[in-house]
Amino acid sequence: MDGQNCLVENDWVCAEYVRTRSQELIDATVQHVGITAASIVIGLAVALPLALLARRSKAFAGPVLGLTTVLYSVPSLAMFSLLLPLFGLSAALVVTGLVLYSLTVLVRNILAGLEAVPAEAREAARGMGYGPVRQLWEVELPLALPALLAGVRIATVATVALTTVGAIVDYGGLGGLIMSGLRSDFKAQVLTASVLCVLLAVVADLLLLALQRWLTPWTRIRSGRAPGVRTAKVVEPA
Amino acid sequence: MNALSEAFTWLTTAANWQGEKGIGHRLGEHLYFSGTCLAVACLIALPLALRLGHIGKGGALAVNISNVGRAVPTLAVLVLLTLTPLGRYGDLPTLIALVLFAVPPLLTNAYIGMREVDRAVVEAARGMGMSGRQLFLRVELPLAYPLIMTGLRSAAVQVVATATLAAMAGEGGLGRIITAGFSLQDTAQVVAGAVLVAALALLVEGVLVALGKVLDPMRGRALP
Repeated sequence: MDGQNCLVENDWVCAEYVRTRSQELIDATVQHVGITAASIVIGLAVALPLALLARRSKAFAGPVLGLTTVLYSVPSLAMFSLLLPLFGLSAALVVTGLVLYSLTVLVRNILAGLEAVPAEAREAARGMGYGPVRQLWEVELPLALPALLAGVRIATVATVALTTVGAIVDYGGLGGLIMSGLRSDFKAQVLTASVLCVLLAVVADLLLLALQRWLTPWTRIRSGRAPGVRTAKVVEPA
Repeated sequence: MNALSEAFTWLTTAANWQGEKGIGHRLGEHLYFSGTCLAVACLIALPLALRLGHIGKGGALAVNISNVGRAVPTLAVLVLLTLTPLGRYGDLPTLIALVLFAVPPLLTNAYIGMREVDRAVVEAARGMGMSGRQLFLRVELPLAYPLIMTGLRSAAVQVVATATLAAMAGEGGLGRIITAGFSLQDTAQVVAGAVLVAALALLVEGVLVALGKVLDPMRGRALP
C-alpha cells in the first residue's frame, strides 16, 4: 500500500488515492451534503403546513397520509426518472425527489408529535389567553419537537443514502464517484466513496441527536420517553 | 404532458415488448430476482425473529439492524458486490444485495410484533397450561401477524426497488429500460420505464395488503 503501488494494483484500500484525489472527494462530499440539506430543509417547510392541515381536518388527513405513503413505495430510480421531463438533468430533480420521500416520515412524525400534546397543556394555554398562533408556536411545537426531530433524523439518514441514486442524472454527490468507479473498475474510489457516504449518515445522525438534546433538555429529566413515532417500523425506499 | 404521451406511445409499441431487451423479458427478470430473494430473506429472517421474539432475547440486534440498513446506500452495496470476485457470477451480486436489504424490515417488524403481544395475554395462556409451542402457535403468532405482514410488505417494496437499482450496476430487470433510456437520451423511454417500475411496486404492495387481510388469522374474531 505504499505510494503509487496500490493505485496500480487496484487495491480496495488506497491512501494514495485519498491523497491525490482529495479535491474530487471533497467536491463530491460538498455536493452530497448540499443536496441532502436542501432536501431536508425544503421537506420540513412543506411537511409542517401539511401536518397542520392534516390535524385540522380529517378530510385532509386521509389523502395526505395516503399520498405520501404511495410516494414512499415508488423506487428511487423511478421517482427521479418520472421527474425528468419536469426538471431535466439538474440538481433540482434530485432535491425534489428526495423532498417527496422525506415528506412521508416528516408529516407522520410532526402529526404524531402534535397529537401527543397533552390536552391540559392546550387548555392551560387557552386559559392564559393565548391565541391559536401563539399556542402553536410557544406550546404545541415545542412539545412536538422531540417527535419532529426524531423524524428529521430518520429522514436525513435515509436521504444521505438515497442521494447516491442521483448519479443517474449526474447530481449524486458521492454516488457519482461510485458510478464512475464502477465504469472504470476503480475499487479504491468505490470503497472510499461508499464509506464516506455511511460516515456522512452517521455524523449527520449524531449532530441531529446533539441538536435534539440541546433543544429539548426536559426530555432527559422526565423518565418517560418522548412521544416519538417508533422508528423501527419505517422502511426506506431504495 | 408531452413526455407522458410519448412514454405511452413507447409502452404501446409492440416492438418494445419483445426480445431480450424488451419489457416482457425485463419484467420476467425483475419478478424472478424479487421473488427468489424475498423467499430466501423470509427463510433467514422470520425463523430467527420469531425465535428471538418468543424467548425475548436479542432485541437490540433486531432493532439496530434496521437502523444500519437505513444508513447504507443500496447503490454502494450493489456496486461493491459487483466489483468483488462475486461479480464474475452473473446475477449473484444482485441476488445477495436483494436479500441483504430485505432482511432488516422482516427481522425488525416480526421481532417487535412478537414482543408487543400483551404480556397479560401470554401469562393467561401459560396459566391455562399452554406449552411453549402452543403459546407460540396459538397466541403469539396470530397476534404478531399484522406486524409480520407489515415487514413482509416493506421488504417486498424494498426488494422491487433494489432490483431496479441493480440496472445501474449493470444487471438486468426493469431498471435496465430506464438506464438504457438515459444512455440513449430518450426521455420517453426513461419515463415509460419509470411508470412500469412504479406500477409494479404499487401493485406488489397492493397485492400484499389484500393478501394480508385475506390470510389474517384473527379475521372475523373480536380483537382482545
